[in-house]
Amino acid sequence: MRMPRFLHAWLMLGPALLLLAAFTHVPALATLWHALFSTPTPRRPAVFVGLNNYAALAEDPIFWQALWNNLLYALGTVPMSIALALAMALWVNGRLRGRTAMRIAFFTPTVLPMIAVANLWLFFYTPDYGMIDRLTRLLLGWGPTNWIGSQETALGAMMAIAVWKEAGFFMIFYLAALQAIPPSLLEAASLEGASRGRIFWRVTLPLLGPTTLFIAVNAVINSFRLVDHILVMTQGGPDNATALLMTYIYETGFRFWDTAQASALTGVLLAVLAVIAALQFSLLGRRTHYR
Amino acid sequence: MTAAPASADAIRLDSLRKQFGSTTVLHDIHLRAARGRFVVLLGPSGCGKSTLLRVIAGLERADGGRVVLDGRDVAELPPAARGLSMVFQSYALFPHLDVAENIVFGLRARRVAAAEREARLARAASLLGLEKLLKRRPSQLSGGQQQRVALARAIVAEAPICLMDEPLSNLDAKLRGEMRREIRALQQRLGLTMVYVTHDQAEAMSMADQVVLMRDGHIEQDATPAEIYARPASAFVASFIGTPPMSLLPLVAHAGGAGIAGLPDHLLAPASAAGALLGIRPEEVVPAEDGLPACVTAAEFLGAETVLACALGSGGALLQARIPGHHALPPGSPVRLRLPPLAHLFDANSGKRLPLPPFA
Repeated sequence: MRMPRFLHAWLMLGPALLLLAAFTHVPALATLWHALFSTPTPRRPAVFVGLNNYAALAEDPIFWQALWNNLLYALGTVPMSIALALAMALWVNGRLRGRTAMRIAFFTPTVLPMIAVANLWLFFYTPDYGMIDRLTRLLLGWGPTNWIGSQETALGAMMAIAVWKEAGFFMIFYLAALQAIPPSLLEAASLEGASRGRIFWRVTLPLLGPTTLFIAVNAVINSFRLVDHILVMTQGGPDNATALLMTYIYETGFRFWDTAQASALTGVLLAVLAVIAALQFSLLGRRTHYR
Repeated sequence: MTAAPASADAIRLDSLRKQFGSTTVLHDIHLRAARGRFVVLLGPSGCGKSTLLRVIAGLERADGGRVVLDGRDVAELPPAARGLSMVFQSYALFPHLDVAENIVFGLRARRVAAAEREARLARAASLLGLEKLLKRRPSQLSGGQQQRVALARAIVAEAPICLMDEPLSNLDAKLRGEMRREIRALQQRLGLTMVYVTHDQAEAMSMADQVVLMRDGHIEQDATPAEIYARPASAFVASFIGTPPMSLLPLVAHAGGAGIAGLPDHLLAPASAAGALLGIRPEEVVPAEDGLPACVTAAEFLGAETVLACALGSGGALLQARIPGHHALPPGSPVRLRLPPLAHLFDANSGKRLPLPPFA
């Protein structure tokens, strides 16, 4: 008995395709579709409104603030977590005592669930007797600061948590990439008279290019996606100082039940991510050397 | 040859020692190499030859002794300041840089002026026939081309000493032969002092001015290829050099002299040689009616000649014979072989070469 080739192929693809379609592709397309309708209520079913939901967003000051906050958040967390990850990886890649313990320590934040991290940092940030305030009092003589309760510091406080959480994860990728660089390349470079700095900029960093690109794309996506700690700690407050696109979507969709507006917001988020990813691949990708 | 003054030595190693943890990989190495010499460090894997090269390069730190390059003690100098270049076994080309940038990497690092850099690049590229490949990435080159780029990078530095760590081991046999000649010609043309690591004795014999044969972190013999072939200093050297290497036959006392166990009618040495090892070059063994009776155990046909492995006498001593022409005899065939006059004797315990006893 011979099965037609196409049937065989569909049977092999089927299970994965079914799951992907049911939980990813169909909801994504449905979201974009719903964004073109008004929010249905028990009295009034959804009606087609075209781009009205997007027009309403353009006039929504909180949307603009969330978008701005999110850009600041990305600009603050992405380069910082990448630089920190690279620094930690270079450090624990060297021959130093107890480097396994160091690697574990750096990686631990990655393993913790974001909700647990949020609770941990709630203690750190507690005014007056939290760890951060104790440190600033000891070292700088500052008075108590309400880190997550005041508009000036809240977003920065959230960014610090994201960097703390992500740098260890990215470090693992850098560590793996560093260990894949043949030692003879570094030996050849030093024999040719290159200083340590020159070896880093001219040999190590270019060879880490593909890893950096991968990490950068992931870090950007995460900066729009990983908001659990904000929902737990500030819920976007105070006065939307920590509102990001994702928290605003959550708030609009599941607190105000304005699902059409939330769908439109999701459309914007997807568009932003797509544009950034395309830019990264075309700008960085061209200069990245793949072995 | 007149003795050169000490300052003419490009490389001098005095009681060099190196340990990794509790294992000593280099014991008390003494070595001198005159300027412009092609020195080959030869030995089986694990003999310490690569480690010795890395110690000279400064990539490993010696645990004792001195490395003197061109009259300077370089113990405290980093690799870059030792006035040497190196070709790695893996070539160590930078995969993200094109051929030209790979070659001038060191010149850029040393801030050589652009005009001179270009001139030296052009010279090195034409010397190695790389002019058309300068814009390629290493991954777009064949193994032989990558090898040339590594060579070009080494010579563009114009360092007086060049180190090579098994540079031909990743090439096929034909290319290896070509590169062997090319490297030798380049070394002579540029007057480089070369230290070349290999485990291939044919490579060593054909290229070297000076062969340093190593074993277990010691130098077994340091001599010219002709000397090391004609007068191996130990049984180990004897059994390493030659294709196939020297056969070593244990001698026992017979009435009136010494010979192979079980063959009392064929005396090979004076009685005082009993207990020693007799070294026989396979190419000096000839089939002859009046020769020693032997039994073929294996035959290897090489084209122009045949290598016969034979068992001799009651002890089954192994003798190899390289005989011109096609003689692929089946195992078990009886042959008669005539041995050359006594030329090599080695102490059975220490392996050291023994002086030939006078015939009584």
